[in-house]
Amino acid sequence: MVVNQASLKRDGVQDFVSLRATALVLASYALFILGYFLTTPTVTFEAWQGLFSNLAVKVYTLAALVCMMVHTRIGLWQVLTDYVKNAKLRAILGFFLNLMAFAYVAVGFFVLWSV
Amino acid sequence: MLFFHTVTRHYGVANFTLMVPSITWWVITTIVGLLRVNGQVTVKKQRPVNLDLSTISMPATAKASILHRISGVALFFALSFVIWAWSESLSSPQGFEFVKSLFTGFIAKFIAWGAVIALLYHLVAGVRHLLMDMGRFEELGSGNASAKFVIALWVVLAVLAGVWIW
Repeated sequence: MVVNQASLKRDGVQDFVSLRATALVLASYALFILGYFLTTPTVTFEAWQGLFSNLAVKVYTLAALVCMMVHTRIGLWQVLTDYVKNAKLRAILGFFLNLMAFAYVAVGFFVLWSV
Repeated sequence: MLFFHTVTRHYGVANFTLMVPSITWWVITTIVGLLRVNGQVTVKKQRPVNLDLSTISMPATAKASILHRISGVALFFALSFVIWAWSESLSSPQGFEFVKSLFTGFIAKFIAWGAVIALLYHLVAGVRHLLMDMGRFEELGSGNASAKFVIALWVVLAVLAGVWIW
């Protein structure tokens, strides 16, 4: 257990479950935002800011962003391992894509903080 | 100790004389293997390789699969536009008006449409994947039919999204 947690070894079952669990959160969030646009005839600044100043929506948005990071970490890894055969290049690309995903979460966090 | 196991399993006793042919074979294959690793003995298998995608038949299931990957990667990069627009629109009333004014132009509308249709495909195909996890659409017929349905539904949704945005 300790070895498992201390190493960076990937776990296929964990990847499988994480991908699907995060997918459910992301799908529900996408439908939530879609529903907001479809049910709001004209989105004004006040209404838009009001939506994201709601604490529950903030938590939901941050959860969706973190789920996006986990989801893309697995999904982009799957794509990279299939198409980028050079291990060094694959590691570099993976590093920057994961950094990019983290940046999305960080930007989202600070935007939510300021609303 | 595969050779040992093989001998005892086949002859019932771990008789060393019976193991000699097995050990000899193991030594020979190991040496040949090492030589191959060092590149001194090269036995190339002439297997046919075809990586020309235009000549490979792509059934509906393959198309559904590759589109799921393309839409996923596209969505990841489209997020940079989405998160920027979201951040700007929440920063101030001026920022909100600025983003709104961008959406009168073709480029912003096209990027938004692209992000929305990538999301729609990834979402619809993702639901199919979840149903497949539950054991549905795993046969050749139902797999192909559900793949075709997903692509057809996406085309309809993409047109609707286009009408909505423009």
